[in-house]
Amino acid sequence: MIYAVILAGGSGERMGNVDKPKQYLLLNGKPIIIHTIEKFYINPRFERIIVLCPKNWIIHTKNLIMKYLPDYDRVDVIEGGSTRNETIMNAINYIEDIYVLDEDTIIVTHDSVRPFVTYRIIEENIDSAIKYGACDTVITASDTIVESADGNVISSIPDRKKMYQGQTPQSFKAMKLRKAFNSLTFEEKEVLTDAAKILVTKGESVHLVNGEVFNTKITYSYDLEVAEALIRRENNAERSI
Amino acid sequence: MLNVVYRLISPKRIEANFSDIQLDKCSIIVRPTYLSICHADQRYFQGEREASVLMRKLPMALIHEAIGRVIFDPKGEFQSGDRVIMIPNIPYEKDEIVAENYLRSSKFRASTCDGFMQEYVEMDGERLVKIPCEISDEMGAFTEIVSVCIHTIMRFEKFSHKRRKTIGIWGDGNLGYIVAAIFSELYPNCEVYIMGLHEEKLATFTFAAQVFNVNNIPEKLKIDHAFECVGGSAVQNVLEQIIDHINPEGSIALMGVSENAVPINTRMVLEKGLRVFGSSRSGKKDFERVIELYNEYPKLKEYLLNLVNNVIKVRSINDMLGAFEYDINCSFGKTIMQWEV
Repeated sequence: MIYAVILAGGSGERMGNVDKPKQYLLLNGKPIIIHTIEKFYINPRFERIIVLCPKNWIIHTKNLIMKYLPDYDRVDVIEGGSTRNETIMNAINYIEDIYVLDEDTIIVTHDSVRPFVTYRIIEENIDSAIKYGACDTVITASDTIVESADGNVISSIPDRKKMYQGQTPQSFKAMKLRKAFNSLTFEEKEVLTDAAKILVTKGESVHLVNGEVFNTKITYSYDLEVAEALIRRENNAERSI
Repeated sequence: MLNVVYRLISPKRIEANFSDIQLDKCSIIVRPTYLSICHADQRYFQGEREASVLMRKLPMALIHEAIGRVIFDPKGEFQSGDRVIMIPNIPYEKDEIVAENYLRSSKFRASTCDGFMQEYVEMDGERLVKIPCEISDEMGAFTEIVSVCIHTIMRFEKFSHKRRKTIGIWGDGNLGYIVAAIFSELYPNCEVYIMGLHEEKLATFTFAAQVFNVNNIPEKLKIDHAFECVGGSAVQNVLEQIIDHINPEGSIALMGVSENAVPINTRMVLEKGLRVFGSSRSGKKDFERVIELYNEYPKLKEYLLNLVNNVIKVRSINDMLGAFEYDINCSFGKTIMQWEV
């Protein structure tokens, strides 16, 4: 079974002065989170779509899904965890409690604020997770990455050809990921920035899936303006030629 | 749902644009799987259309020959995963006399609205035709051009007299090949002559009674009816030859698109009492007829499968550009894009 796990746990502090988490802001008149869920909702390979959000936003999220999706029975909304990876563990535990969790269970985890994810990226994530057990969506780094240990001077400049920028989805065999996460020390968990790092820390292979430059994360107000502009260009164009 | 539309922005330049598909509507969402490149697409891609036309129509997603799989159907008319041909003609009215492809109000993919180079295509269920499992993806992809040929042959049946001993088909390209293959199967007692320019291409018309180089057609050769499948600047010369070789009261089907106004020897059209009729695009019943024909005439499937030149996997805009460049260097046959982008 393949499950989509939509991570909507963020509180949106980086978005600036807004009154709700960024995933609920409107993009072309529709909440960003709905645009994102729709991409997984119409893919028939997913058994369920599990959305994880802050506790006090669960009812609101359910209401939105009922409003925008014709058959919302395939979507579950549950509470996220205190960190990104705790949220993913909540999803795996939920699958185990309510549905079926076995060695072949795949989870495709995705940021709720990346609504531009494509069919190809999702398909390649599923196929790659089935074949290799874990994969991460990346694009080649266009900027040179500079490393600084103290924040004042450069300690190294890695070879850009070997650098990639991480996106989502990140997809895994669910039991393998949970086992690796549970075996990490407190210190190891403290420095995790994403789920792929759980397996990398344990020396497991995580395969790469090509992302898209436009599969951006709407983090700042600027990102939302760019996203709006991309769609507005369509709305302004006379598509009947 | 945000949908990526791969539009031609200017000749040889494709960009990812975004549209917003409303899932709460009644439209069916189809994932394109195999797309076939047509000369009409190439004329836009290579910038061969007039500058004013390009300025008016671009940006626009190309491709009007394609199949896909149904992903989402809120009405349940189709099952998820159903293989379907997507009909590029979009009628907005019905007329008792005028066929859907001739209604001036109809739109056409990759001409008056976006074509099928999209992540998903929002379709009306009435514009989809299910593909039986015996028909391969590659063959299904270019059903549209076959339906155009069927459409013309149906019109030929309507407009031409019943003496069909000899038929002349001018054009040794894809269009001529398909018309000739269908005609040979449907009218086994009729002698089909092919007039072309390229020996190599003419050699592929093994089902024809005879092939002739256009520069060397015997003066005494007579035909009852003719199909013009050439288009472009050669149409004038082709029509001169047809009018010379056709018997009185014959019919001439015009199928090739020409950007220029073409002079016709109307004196001889009048003197011979010829019927000249135009034919363009096709409608749903023509697509359905293609599927029937493939069942009724298995040999036809084999002939047409020979048209597939190459199936190119497309996972990026660079792959799209590569497929169009590959196709322009092919003098014959169809280039199919296996759509994985």
